[in-house]
Amino acid sequence: MELTCIVCPMGCRITVEKVDGRLHVSGNTCKRGEKYALQESVCPMRTLTTLVRVRGGEGPLCPVKTREAIPKAMLEEALGVVKGVCVDAPVKIGDVVVKNIAGTGVDLVATANRERR
Amino acid sequence: MEYRYDIVIIGGGPAGLAAALSARETAPEAKILMLERDKKLGGILQQCIHNGFGLHYFGQELTGPEYAQRFIDQLEAAKIEVWTDTMVLDFSSEKVVDCVCAARGYVQVQAGAIVLAMGCRERTRGALSIPGTRPAGIYTAGCAQRLNNIEGYLPGKKVVILGSGDIGLIMARRMTWEGAQVKLVAEIMPYSSGLNRNIVQCLVDNDIPLKFNHTVTAVHGQERVTGVTVSEVDPATRRPIAGTEEFYECDTLLLSVGLIPENELTRGAGVEMDRITNGAVVDQFRQTSMEGVFACGNVLHVHDLVDNVSNESAIAGAAAARYAMGQKAAGQVYAVKAENGVRYALPQRIVAGDAGKLDVYFRVDAAYRNPSVQVLCGDKVLYSRKKQIMTPGEMEKMTLDQGLITGDITVRLDK
Amino acid sequence: MREYDVAVIGAGVTGSAIARQLSRWKMKVALIDGAEDVAMGASRANSAIVHAGYDCPPGSLEAELNVKGNALYTRWCAELDVPLQRTGTLVAAFDEEEAENVRALYERGLKNGVPEMKILSGEEARALEPMLAENCVCALLAGTGGITCPYEMTIACAENARKNGVDWLLGRKVSAIRGTEAGFVVTAGYEDIIARRVVNAAGLFSDDVARMIGDDSFTVRPRKGEYLLMDRSAKAPKYVIFQTPSRLGKGILVSPTVDGNSFVGPTAVDQTDKTDTSVSQEGIDQLRRMAKKSAPEMDFRNVITSFAGLRAQPSTGDFIIRPSEADGRMIHAAGICSPGLTSAPAVAELVEKLLMESGLTLTEDPAYDPHRSHIRRFRDMTREQKEAAIAENPLYARVICRCETITEAEIVEAVSRGARTLDGVKRRTRAGMGRCQGGFCSPRVMEIISRETGIPMEKLTKFGAGSYLVAEKTRSGEV
Repeated sequence: MELTCIVCPMGCRITVEKVDGRLHVSGNTCKRGEKYALQESVCPMRTLTTLVRVRGGEGPLCPVKTREAIPKAMLEEALGVVKGVCVDAPVKIGDVVVKNIAGTGVDLVATANRERR
Repeated sequence: MEYRYDIVIIGGGPAGLAAALSARETAPEAKILMLERDKKLGGILQQCIHNGFGLHYFGQELTGPEYAQRFIDQLEAAKIEVWTDTMVLDFSSEKVVDCVCAARGYVQVQAGAIVLAMGCRERTRGALSIPGTRPAGIYTAGCAQRLNNIEGYLPGKKVVILGSGDIGLIMARRMTWEGAQVKLVAEIMPYSSGLNRNIVQCLVDNDIPLKFNHTVTAVHGQERVTGVTVSEVDPATRRPIAGTEEFYECDTLLLSVGLIPENELTRGAGVEMDRITNGAVVDQFRQTSMEGVFACGNVLHVHDLVDNVSNESAIAGAAAARYAMGQKAAGQVYAVKAENGVRYALPQRIVAGDAGKLDVYFRVDAAYRNPSVQVLCGDKVLYSRKKQIMTPGEMEKMTLDQGLITGDITVRLDK
Repeated sequence: MREYDVAVIGAGVTGSAIARQLSRWKMKVALIDGAEDVAMGASRANSAIVHAGYDCPPGSLEAELNVKGNALYTRWCAELDVPLQRTGTLVAAFDEEEAENVRALYERGLKNGVPEMKILSGEEARALEPMLAENCVCALLAGTGGITCPYEMTIACAENARKNGVDWLLGRKVSAIRGTEAGFVVTAGYEDIIARRVVNAAGLFSDDVARMIGDDSFTVRPRKGEYLLMDRSAKAPKYVIFQTPSRLGKGILVSPTVDGNSFVGPTAVDQTDKTDTSVSQEGIDQLRRMAKKSAPEMDFRNVITSFAGLRAQPSTGDFIIRPSEADGRMIHAAGICSPGLTSAPAVAELVEKLLMESGLTLTEDPAYDPHRSHIRRFRDMTREQKEAAIAENPLYARVICRCETITEAEIVEAVSRGARTLDGVKRRTRAGMGRCQGGFCSPRVMEIISRETGIPMEKLTKFGAGSYLVAEKTRSGEV
């Protein structure tokens, strides 16, 4: 597979191929690029940042994120869960909004404070 | 005058927050006031709910609101007075700040030093003069971001984005995640001013095409946008090439075509401005041509990373505090010039005297492979370094030994 | 069915001025428009010039009403709190052929009864207007020429009319008019109303309205005019600078606005579509090129927006202000192209006279108040006035539009005066008209309109039906 490295502004075009049953990375110019490319080819990981509805808060929404990156393939399912979530103010940064979102083992946490209105 | 403060900071976004904290550290007893026009501190960070902030400053990846909250929490502990819902109308060279605020009415504040931290605004369609109709559904990316992330409304369902600046890329992903279909990102330049990481994680991840050397040449629709015409441009002239027009059906056009420092107050006060950065001309302390008036963050020049804004604002805040406490920098003033591939360098002036290290920030005027950055002072080469790639979208930093600066210096590329 | 003495169809500057003029009589008047606000056609996008009147063919109705209207502007603007600056207008010539044209315009002006005209040498003209190109050979100065704000004039007339009892029937497209013994049955949107007289001030659509009663005595063709508007920070001329008509075309003008901006325009493109107000790249290029001729210092890096308006060009070559030949109870005020804005007060007086002649008996309304004031602009207040305004209404301390320093109090007032759309608020307050073009304040203005009117955000529009601003709520969970 071909991908653009995001580790630094160079943006190397990296190729990952299976050679003799092992993954072979080429086109990178540094070690960090190789590590990134290997992860991307095995299981790309992304942090989901989005919003949930707040009841009784200063605004209608509170931003949230997955505490850690989750598999890219799970983003869609996680987003589906988020749309139906509504939390009660007050909310503090780091509060768990959804435990183990979409079975990823990662919690969805608040990324802003929301006082009670 | 009823209100007197040693340091008045105009703007409670990332620049103002960092400047205030740094001023407090420098002058533990100073009376510091922050003026913010919104109801909350944090500025634009509050609507930047994506992550990627703070890697340099905190060594940790944070979302915008988290990054802001770290500063806001410290601010409360640092006993800095904050007036929210307060709009500054103007300030004078005597450092009298006129402002209006719901809680206090029309107020004049006498400042010992002023830090300008008003941020920037987005370029609009009008500035580009895009032909066509003027229907609803044309938004700057930041405006769409506010509608979506603060108000909770999806601006539209079929989207074309003009400009591949970071806010545009981020909004491409955001709107896709909210159920909209982003059909295209068109970029008039042969490269993106956005980060690679955003191109990959916002566009590639979501199969959104990015076309370089393309721009929107017409907007269609009487009431609401019904589509846009996208044309390829000649890379040399940036003019559309006839016959390359393609119609994209959409209900929304987002613009991510650049930011402009918000310097109406600065100009109104008569501070010397830089035509390239659209910000004030400053020395290494971020002091403007008006004594005791400092500037930092996007009001000074547009940054790509908030971490850099925080660093720069800490310099301005500390210098403002020293000034307010009576320590004024004085000495021979040397000019910093930019030429041969360097679009601008900042600070534009250096006050001689200090021996330590001096960081100079600059941007190049086009994409270069394997250029060499040089700093010359007369015949002397103060700095020379080879780079693999340089693009206008990436702000560069270099550290000079200030003791070596004995005259005007020139920052240039050896291409 | 509601009954009116007069139904004025068209809430542009012509219709609104007529409605205001009629509101001094004891009678029921309706001001009807298909758009959801007043000033939505030619009155929202034109050159904003109060013409002196040297341009119109002598003996024409245009010439007569232009000169009369120009004189009436002083009183109308004073009563209605509408900005009027008699800057003086210059028609500049850059070669001998153009100088000949300037002298011809001067002669024509004398025939039309235009006062305060003078032919200046190139040096004299440049001494008055330093932005004028150096090769100017001579110029016609008309002291009574000046600038106003066309949508403000329209809004002011309509507001004053409403204050004096006129009903606004907006968002009601007239689809049929049927003559009866008592007058007409006018189908305005979802409602039929009865009107003893109809005034046809429907601008571009006035020929369509005439045809509804079988009158096909004229047609109206749209002529597009494109404009480029500059930021206030750009260098602006002091005078309105016209070019002379020449072999290369009619020429464009470079002008200051009453708000401190400047603009160049208009182009003149004949078209058939009465709704197409798109701006073309050719038009933009043409404006940039042509403006350089009279004012080479215009800096187009300061363009904040481009827009286009459609002038209603009558097939007769002159304003059509007369009773319809098909039914004398319909009075046409049609084909009002340039100088329609200047002529509006005089058109209103003429239409009033024609209505009297048509058999309406008019009795003066002692309660008539000719005065209307603009929403108080925070920005223009002195410090003391600002303090007092905030003390009285704290919403004056909340600046919503940063570029133009427009406060929440002004926006709330605009909504209370009938603004229901983003553009309606913009035209009444200038919120969103500055250099960021609403990028910052639009979501905030939307919130205020929604809060004040109860219209949900999803139903708010930019300027009426179809111009919705947001598609949907992103999170449905009930609060």
